[in-house]
Amino acid sequence: MSVVGTRVVRMEDHKLITSGGDYVDDLREPLLTGAAHVMFVRSPLAHAKIAAIDPAAARELPGVLGVFIAEDLPEASRGDSPTSEPWLAGDTVRYVGEPVALVVTEQRYQLADAAELIDIDYDPLPAVIGYETALTSETQLFEGTEHNIAGVNGEPGAQTGAFDDCEVVVTETIENQRVAPAPLEVRGASCAWGPDGRLTMWLSTQNAQMARGALAMRLGVDEELIRVIAPDVGGGFGAKIGADPEATVLAWAAREVGRPVRWIETRSENLTSMTHGRGQRQTVTIGGSKDGRVSAYRLEVVQDTGAYPRMAASMLPSLTGLMATGVYKIPAVEYASRSVFTNTTPIAAYRGAGRPEATAAVERAMDLFALRIGMDPADVRRINFIKPSEFPYTTPSGATYDTGEYAEALDRVLAAADYPALRAEQARRRAEGDVVALGIGVSSYVEITGGDSSGESGKVVMHADGSVTAYTGSSPHGQGLASTLAMMLADQFGVPMEKITVRHGDTDEIPKAVGTFGSRSLQLGGSAIKQAADKVIEQAREIAADLLEANPDDLELDVTSGQWQVRGAPSAAGATWSQVVERAEDTELAADLWFSEGNPTFPFGAQVAVVDVDTETGKVVLRRIIALDDAGPIMNPLTFAGQRHGGLAQGSAQAMLEVMDYDEDGNPTTATLADYSFITATELPDFELLDMATPTDRNPLGVKGIGEAATIGSTPAVHSAVVDALTHLGVRHLDMPTTPIRVWNAINAAKEVH
Amino acid sequence: MRVGIEVNGKQTDEEIEDRTLLVHYLRDVLGLTATNVGCDTTSCGACTVLLDGEAVKSCTVLAAQADGHAVTTLEGLADPDGSELHPMQRAFREQHGLQCGFCTPGMIMASVSLLRDNPKPSRDEVRHGLEGNLCRCTGYHNIVNAVMDASGQEVQA
Repeated sequence: MSVVGTRVVRMEDHKLITSGGDYVDDLREPLLTGAAHVMFVRSPLAHAKIAAIDPAAARELPGVLGVFIAEDLPEASRGDSPTSEPWLAGDTVRYVGEPVALVVTEQRYQLADAAELIDIDYDPLPAVIGYETALTSETQLFEGTEHNIAGVNGEPGAQTGAFDDCEVVVTETIENQRVAPAPLEVRGASCAWGPDGRLTMWLSTQNAQMARGALAMRLGVDEELIRVIAPDVGGGFGAKIGADPEATVLAWAAREVGRPVRWIETRSENLTSMTHGRGQRQTVTIGGSKDGRVSAYRLEVVQDTGAYPRMAASMLPSLTGLMATGVYKIPAVEYASRSVFTNTTPIAAYRGAGRPEATAAVERAMDLFALRIGMDPADVRRINFIKPSEFPYTTPSGATYDTGEYAEALDRVLAAADYPALRAEQARRRAEGDVVALGIGVSSYVEITGGDSSGESGKVVMHADGSVTAYTGSSPHGQGLASTLAMMLADQFGVPMEKITVRHGDTDEIPKAVGTFGSRSLQLGGSAIKQAADKVIEQAREIAADLLEANPDDLELDVTSGQWQVRGAPSAAGATWSQVVERAEDTELAADLWFSEGNPTFPFGAQVAVVDVDTETGKVVLRRIIALDDAGPIMNPLTFAGQRHGGLAQGSAQAMLEVMDYDEDGNPTTATLADYSFITATELPDFELLDMATPTDRNPLGVKGIGEAATIGSTPAVHSAVVDALTHLGVRHLDMPTTPIRVWNAINAAKEVH
Repeated sequence: MRVGIEVNGKQTDEEIEDRTLLVHYLRDVLGLTATNVGCDTTSCGACTVLLDGEAVKSCTVLAAQADGHAVTTLEGLADPDGSELHPMQRAFREQHGLQCGFCTPGMIMASVSLLRDNPKPSRDEVRHGLEGNLCRCTGYHNIVNAVMDASGQEVQA
């Protein structure tokens, strides 16, 4: 019987629930014996000149092994372009949280004592905060530049005739606010230079190999001389892709003090110095006919880049443009973006990375269009869906969608929600003047996974004792990928899962790999492992044929018993995996390959959110969320649901609660978990999930990615539900997060108009 | 200063700096690293342990305050020989109540404490009981399932 497709508890869990994971700050590796501690000293100002910096007093403190500032670092630390992000800020700081110095001490508690003694004199500069200020301010973040534009897509501000023939045109400016990824484990790393001149770094990262490449380049060291190990990683959500500048400084400092070092940031540092996500001001224009057909859509984006170009100068807004039209067949589409530098934490990937922003914009536009023409939002969506017969479908922005059943997905969630009953309940409450308004939000979405198309490595080894080791280039950090791959291999080899080990995240064991982001792991990493296992099976077939004195073509692997047998002769003695491997020339059978033919896939779904909004206090309560997320065949229903649960929580959190906020001087006002509205168990309902599995033909497993899908669908569903609750009061839009004060203000603003 | 703290049934007796937090006593002095630090404002609950059976956030307790008291961490929850999991541990695994695992030690300890106070909680009571423990991966749905399961009650799909 197949293991794949059944509910299997994870093999990762035993350690995690008994002794806890081995996260980077837990490591007590021999190489780290006597490790010193590192802390970064960070800018308290958003924009300032460093007039003077004096580390002398800190250097005198007992226990201090080193205090380093920008001028102590090598030339390469300053970068080679005017907008390069330095390892440590030299003459100018550009955001609160930017590293300015680091201290190295014998004891953990000496760090703060030493940091406090560094005397830094700042001359404040005007802070560039907010989209409009960034576009118009005479203050530039980088000397020698004439504006704060970090990147441009398309033609911002261009007027075309796309909307000329539309009966109805609606436009709105929407903010897709900045949020903090906030994995429960903050950033951290430990490292040591060995007597052989090699650097070993344990880094909380999604991509050990990418981190090794970055370290090698920045330090000017050959890649062969660096080993990066991702130990257990306590969540990443896109913000632990590769290696941040701190990791480079850490490696450099370890060599400088001649000691292994360990660094773990505080949560306040994490909230101001780990990259943030989202941060787009979107102007949507949607046009069409009064009978619900949309014929033109324009999305113009100002992307907050933060203080330095990480991913938001180009990549994130490009993905938003690629997915701009979502699940709809819209003939005329225009997209333009400008990325702007601001004196804030740099923005990079966060669960969805550019695609949630696209979906939020087009779904909001659909709702606004429906409201204007007086049509049910679900009906407007149905009219404009790309039809199943139209796949593969190439969008005007150039994405070629593989498969989709958008209407069926929507119909099924509406049926599960009992949509007509919800609308009736809404009408009843409105008629009775109930102060608690009911809101129903509908979203339909498609997203792109494995969009980088760079492939992934996979190696599978069958050992002489019949056990299997798989080495995947995908580096999971909570997704349960090891269990999923073990399930696949159990089916392929006919070997119990207990005999399968999955290794990942060590560059010495797995020299070439890409890692985890963009929901790519199963479709690329999984396909690599599948193909490698297929190769091992083909090698084994030849050997088994020799053993059983039969033609290789007459052999079959009985996956129930894990034995090679001659077809049609089930009672005859077969060959076990051990017997086959023992007969092999080597001590094991192995295949190591790169899966490169994987093209992007396009998971999709539909969600309905139901909220109660107290119109007297503005308080929003999320009552229900009904989600159908289709990512092709389901390998393990347990972990598949888990990915969706987490996505629903983070997506809902953006709609209702979370925002990383700054005041006008660039001071972060949500820099601790006491201030940042990280979503808790009390703010979420039990999730109602519906399954659908439409396969793709773009990889041998037929799968699409599920890591980000539910996040992408849920933000607009919940946001829409809140607005929907208030339309009878004249509210047509309010920005996320829909906090009580914003809801209350929106209601009162609408009252003044009407 | 010198502290004597019973940890997971064993008496410990160590010379420490006065300002040592209980979580650092557990992690850095005793090497019990299951208990994690997730914030610096007592908001996330990753460091939750039992102090004389009551859930506390060990990042906000000085080791000195635990002097003469008994502490239980995740490592002390299963049978000493590790053969028998605590029902809460078993339920977290069975219900997929964890993903990256970082919040898990604190979440399990808080859940154990919750059931001690309220052996048959409703789902809503579980949600409110765990409000001080943050999880970024699971969306809490399966954590609630795990606590319901451990309390011998029905679980939702």
